[in-house]
Amino acid sequence: MRNIWIIWRKELNSYFVSPIAYLLLTMFAVIFGFFFWNALGYFVLIGMEEQMRGQAFPMNLNEQVIRPLLSNASVIGLFFIPMITMRLFAEEKRTGTIELLATSPIRDVEIILGKWLAALTLYASMLLFTALNFAFLFKYGNPDWKPLAIGYLGLLLQAGGLLAIGTFISTLTKNQIIAGAATFGVCLLLWVLEWASGYETASWAQVLAYMSVITHFESFAKGVLDSKDAIFYLTVIFLGLFFTTRSMESLRWRS
Amino acid sequence: MITVKDLTKRYARNTAVDHISFDVQKGQIVGFLGPNGAGKTTTMRMLTCFLPPTSGAAIVAGFDVLEQPLEVKKRIGYLPETPPLYPEMETAEYLAFVGRLKGLRGADLSKQVDYVCERCAVADVKNKLLGKLSKGYRQRVGLAQAIIHNPDVLILDEPTAGLDPKQINETRDLIKSLAGDHTIILSTHILPEVEQTCEQVIIINKGKLVATDSVHNLQNRARGAESVLLEIAGRNGDLDRTVVERRLAQVAGVSRAQFKTSHGNRNVFEVESQKGFVRGDLARAVVEAGWDLNELKPAAMSLEEIFLQLTGAEAQSPAPELVGKGAQ
Repeated sequence: MRNIWIIWRKELNSYFVSPIAYLLLTMFAVIFGFFFWNALGYFVLIGMEEQMRGQAFPMNLNEQVIRPLLSNASVIGLFFIPMITMRLFAEEKRTGTIELLATSPIRDVEIILGKWLAALTLYASMLLFTALNFAFLFKYGNPDWKPLAIGYLGLLLQAGGLLAIGTFISTLTKNQIIAGAATFGVCLLLWVLEWASGYETASWAQVLAYMSVITHFESFAKGVLDSKDAIFYLTVIFLGLFFTTRSMESLRWRS
Repeated sequence: MITVKDLTKRYARNTAVDHISFDVQKGQIVGFLGPNGAGKTTTMRMLTCFLPPTSGAAIVAGFDVLEQPLEVKKRIGYLPETPPLYPEMETAEYLAFVGRLKGLRGADLSKQVDYVCERCAVADVKNKLLGKLSKGYRQRVGLAQAIIHNPDVLILDEPTAGLDPKQINETRDLIKSLAGDHTIILSTHILPEVEQTCEQVIIINKGKLVATDSVHNLQNRARGAESVLLEIAGRNGDLDRTVVERRLAQVAGVSRAQFKTSHGNRNVFEVESQKGFVRGDLARAVVEAGWDLNELKPAAMSLEEIFLQLTGAEAQSPAPELVGKGAQ
């Protein structure tokens, strides 16, 4: 436990002493802020139109603002995750510091968990900026907080899975750019797999759609905690980290 | 402290380390010597549990590297070829991080950080970013990192590579000063380094052990007879070389005296003797003959020559008999 904490602290520290963390936080805040502004503007517009027509169509902040925004956040996340994970192991391999970690009295699993948790922490701090936006909804409106909390849980689970995959890919190369590009490719593919079910109903299309990380987010965005989807993400996290430990072990046998 | 038996590392296409066996006693400095690509780094990586051996065994500080790697890792300090530094960290911060990794905490930790900073002369860059340090400092921080948890065994992979001569001397002195408390293995392909720093030498070539012995013994073994270089000048300018050779050869115990080179008026002769110490007699002979004796020095065979002899003449060689005779 203590070793995981040591690695976690070191990783988080190196995110925050380099520009990378601030760059990611800023970009995420700006992009999400833009989405928020648009979603809210649209919501207000519809509200005014409804009033002018004199119809009392039920308006719901959770359904019409928070839900689409959470889905947006999950997609924006796909683009940021490679940038978070690409350096995790690639950089240590390039500079040789991996030798320090690997010859210290600490288990591979502890190194991996520490790094993965640090990446997840950085992602969570990006989400904090979205919370800042949502805070306005609570100040001026009256949305339900429970679906929002479940949405955040979904975002963290989804990111956890993708970060685990990114961590794994980062162990495969010494080159951050390659690790980042490959992770981005995988993230993108895991997103668009869902489209297969758009025109095809055969079972293979269903399987592909099932593997898409986005499909499983829909229930979370709705504010529904579906154990089937939670288990999917937990499985991805577990497999990603498991492959990382294997990869680190094979690093020793090959290098 | 370290026992290596039939250690072998095989990759898909080649064998990097081939059945190496040796012992290192507690408190010794051992030089691990070989040309580039001989398998030095691979062997060290196996000793530090970074690479698992294909076959054979290595016991470091009482624990098997395959069976109990965590116990081994607690007791070793390792400086890889390039010091494993994080450029974005400050020196003290980095040393504290490594200390924590090695299991230090609290007051112990800060005490050790101060101590190694002092010991490795990096106290003045405590608050500097590692990425901004000069090569010499980086190397010393690397060493500080290796000794932070006061390990029983220190494994240093080419600790002086890439340093300037002054830094090399400082690093060597530092390593020597560490010898008492730690057992040290250092690898190098620079031979004078071994002569100056180490008590014991392990020579490997192409993954095979060529010799293990003390530096002193190796030098003696490689050349039974003593050989002396004399630089002689004639009083009035010229000097008949054959006369000098003949005179030197007459000194008791000298088996061969030969002119070697000359720079202007300074002639260098090489004298070999069978029975050891003849330098006094030689000096007297030269002076009595009316010549000037400018210099007289033993031409002990450098490790370099021994090394080339051992690694080059492997096939027919006397080398195998050297193996295993040392380290008693």
